Amino acid sequence: MTPQRAGISFREFAICMMAIVNREALRFVGQRSRFLSSLVRPMVWLIVFAAGFRAALGLSIQEPYDTYITYETYIVPGLIGMVQLFNGMQSSLGLVYDREMGSMRLLLTSPMPRWWLLFSKLLAGTAISIVQVYAFLALAALFDIRFSPLGYLAILPVLVLSGLMLGALGLMLSSTIDQLENFAGIMNFVIFPMFFLSTALYPLWKMAEASPILRDICALNPFSHAVEAIRFALHLDINWASLGWTGMAFAVFFAISLIGYDPAKGSMVRKAR
Amino acid sequence: MSDGLVVENVSFSYGSRQALSDVGFHVERGRFCALLGPNGAGKSTLFGLLTGLFTTPSGTIRIAGHDMRRTPRSALAALGVVFQQPAVDLHLSVERNLRYYAALHGIAGREANQRIAEALERLGMAERAGEKVSALNGGHRRRMEIARALLHGPAILLLDEPTVGLDAATRQSITNHIHALATEQGLTVLWATHLVDEVRDDDRLVVLHRGAVRADGEAGAVRGERTIGDAFLSLTEGPMS
Repeated sequence: MTPQRAGISFREFAICMMAIVNREALRFVGQRSRFLSSLVRPMVWLIVFAAGFRAALGLSIQEPYDTYITYETYIVPGLIGMVQLFNGMQSSLGLVYDREMGSMRLLLTSPMPRWWLLFSKLLAGTAISIVQVYAFLALAALFDIRFSPLGYLAILPVLVLSGLMLGALGLMLSSTIDQLENFAGIMNFVIFPMFFLSTALYPLWKMAEASPILRDICALNPFSHAVEAIRFALHLDINWASLGWTGMAFAVFFAISLIGYDPAKGSMVRKAR
Repeated sequence: MSDGLVVENVSFSYGSRQALSDVGFHVERGRFCALLGPNGAGKSTLFGLLTGLFTTPSGTIRIAGHDMRRTPRSALAALGVVFQQPAVDLHLSVERNLRYYAALHGIAGREANQRIAEALERLGMAERAGEKVSALNGGHRRRMEIARALLHGPAILLLDEPTVGLDAATRQSITNHIHALATEQGLTVLWATHLVDEVRDDDRLVVLHRGAVRADGEAGAVRGERTIGDAFLSLTEGPMS
């Protein structure tokens, strides 16, 4: 029998995280339909929706753009956010369903600190969302929607942050909400409101024309800030305020998730019944 | 301080429903203890507490001397668990499943290879290392989960109804194997079941019913002149809660 160790070495932390990321990657490779739908969904928006809207919606010059842009160009950051939003919900909420409950219980029998296990899980989901994002951008490039080569690189650190934030949102929901038992519920009550009440499809000033309240909701929505942070990075600019908002939202969502997965609190009890 | 498993005065309730009331028993090191109880007796709640899924403010659980509430990580490091519901990645190979688990305990590289090979060998699964779990039958999946639970060299092995859904021959072979682990390697085993034929006379036996311990002792002594089945029935008579 192995002697019981009090401390865990840095190497053991790293081994554990890599295994969690690796497992998630292998699962993703095994789920071809998930990858396909993660590409088809934003492409349908880009090709069909944006083409129709192009005529209806005129966009004025606004930051970070220094010239008139096509609507397709405008919504790409929003669709990147959508890819990450869906992925964040899918990977975190999978934990609630029976199929994944066993693997979550197994994960939680690890002697590693729980925050590390959950953070590794989030990082794994984020890595997968980033693969999806770049695949989407490659496909968009085939349809002549292109950005500066450096822009593709500049969004990478922002995608890590936005992916973590949206994954943490899913993790928080998985630890606190029991009623949302299927993905349709999540679509209606989380994904759609977050996506539509954001700057993904229309800029804030356009929302303000429709209703000041809608504009305020969009401005508070952390998804808007994730999208704006991505938008600025893609145009080789930095939106510190949006990065700060996204970082703060991540901290809050993750902290609530940790409370939800704390064994001394109630939520794990409900799941075990 | 005992090296085995100590459960003392543990109570737990789901809201107003009492699931465990003042449950206590000790399993000495190297003993096989059967936790026998009908469905709804509180076995799953007890397993939730024993595996650190949730905690209770009332009572103490010590795993190989480590208090589950105060030092949960040391306690978990000393614990191997086989859950009632299979917790495996079906589309991954046996070896990959084991490698993932080893890494959750900070074990990788050559050490992991060696432990995985040994664990599979011990369970007679060596030639299946490369097979996808989805291609294995129920018995082999269970063996794999047992091999996995032993990878990090735990002092205590918990099994929650590990033979449910398996045929008689497989059940017997798994039961024999776990008994051998206790007697030959000094592993402390808590085996939750509702199947009386898995209990041997020289096993430690704890009968749980409606959240309370109804009997605790050597199985042969608990049953006396009766069969284990009759003893179990008479101890668990009365309406379900």
